[in-house]
Amino acid sequence: MIDISNLSKVYHTPYGKVTALKDINLSIEKGDIYGIIGFSGAGKSTLIRCLNRLEEPDTGKITIEGLDINSLDKKSLNKTRKKVGMIFQQFNLLDSRTVFDNVGFPLELDKVPKKEIKERVEEILDLVELTDKRNAYPSQLSGGQKQRVGIARALANKPDILLSDEATSALDPLTTYSILELLKDINEKLNITIVLITHELDVIKYICKNTAVIEQGEIIEKGATNDLFINPKSVTLKKFIEILSNFQENGCYQGGDGI
Amino acid sequence: MQAIIDFILKISDLMIVPLGETIYMVALSTLFSVIGGLPLGVLAAVTEEGHICESKNLNKVLNIVINIARSLPFIILMIAVFPLTKLIVGKRIGTTAAIVPLTIAAIPFVARLIESSVKELSSGIIEAAQSMGANRMQIITQVIIPETMPSIVLGITLTIINLIGYSAMAGAIGGGGLGNLAIRYGYQGFQEDVMFGTVVVLVILVQGIQSIGNLIYKKMLR
Repeated sequence: MIDISNLSKVYHTPYGKVTALKDINLSIEKGDIYGIIGFSGAGKSTLIRCLNRLEEPDTGKITIEGLDINSLDKKSLNKTRKKVGMIFQQFNLLDSRTVFDNVGFPLELDKVPKKEIKERVEEILDLVELTDKRNAYPSQLSGGQKQRVGIARALANKPDILLSDEATSALDPLTTYSILELLKDINEKLNITIVLITHELDVIKYICKNTAVIEQGEIIEKGATNDLFINPKSVTLKKFIEILSNFQENGCYQGGDGI
Repeated sequence: MQAIIDFILKISDLMIVPLGETIYMVALSTLFSVIGGLPLGVLAAVTEEGHICESKNLNKVLNIVINIARSLPFIILMIAVFPLTKLIVGKRIGTTAAIVPLTIAAIPFVARLIESSVKELSSGIIEAAQSMGANRMQIITQVIIPETMPSIVLGITLTIINLIGYSAMAGAIGGGGLGNLAIRYGYQGFQEDVMFGTVVVLVILVQGIQSIGNLIYKKMLR
């Protein structure tokens, strides 16, 4: 469904060239939950933002359901973007609008009749369990609730794909799980393909069917998540797993003297 | 006691017409300067590098124009635009005529305030709108302006207060209003009580406007 081939991107900064993406090749099946994991600065954010062209790649090709994303003009791009929802680490809700109006916003952009908007928004608010917060403003919500609004908003247009840009990175572990549960639910119920980037191994472990590991702009390992965990080959993934297991070991001593 | 009542009666009698003139000048020039300054300020912000309508040349031109208009002291600008004032209003001085230079002085001021409000808006919110397939016009009218509205309200409050100050200068060369009153009675006529009364009224006016502005801001800030 999503095919990325030979994708490259270089940033020109005042301090010289920075290679953000180098010859990326990925193929994501419909209905998958595909995780891309890497440390900060590895290029994962650039990669996911190329999928809806919030970033323009230098070379390479991205097709979504056979549609060449990079050749679209502005108008067709906007039309395609409506079928690719996106959620963000910082939620990026409109502070001047209520929960209801935030979720309805993408539909307002399309001049959908008010009555239809109401029906659709109520349906999604029910799905993300925020019906009782419909008249609240974002500032009155917790982080987890804000992300639920973000997810609801991304679903308003009934997208085929959901891009998640570190959606749980600003949330506490408990909230993270509830959001991941919701994403899993959406993936199963609505058959939406989810592409997510993260630096949290837990997120990958918990919901991703397939995973790619990115290091300095290159995909260095990819495959079924289970296989990767059993036999990690790349330095990045080994490090991630090591950090996690060290953390868990050290956890045994928690509460002891000197801590 | 009687002296105080007499004083208040005298002052309010003198003040009622000039106060009306000041409010008339300030209200209309605020309205026109927002109509002119809002699009200019938004345009100056969105044509910046990396923003949704990036255009280096247009941005440069806008900045030069805004800076030129802002570098003229009001009293000079007022005289410099006499021909334009004559063209629009039919005469160079007077209360209505003063609205022209007041507006011209306030447009770049409003533009700069709005530009900085727009720049403060997090780029993530704009990106989110782009990811939803919003076009640039929709982003400006449905995201940028509503989201910066509280800050715009504070900017307009500041503009009104500035314009009250400018309008006093317009009064000095025949624009009417409280400035005219203070100069004629207080400065030229040595009537210190009238001067004092004008100051009191101006202070109340400015305090009142700032309080109303703050109130609206707080109401809008969710």
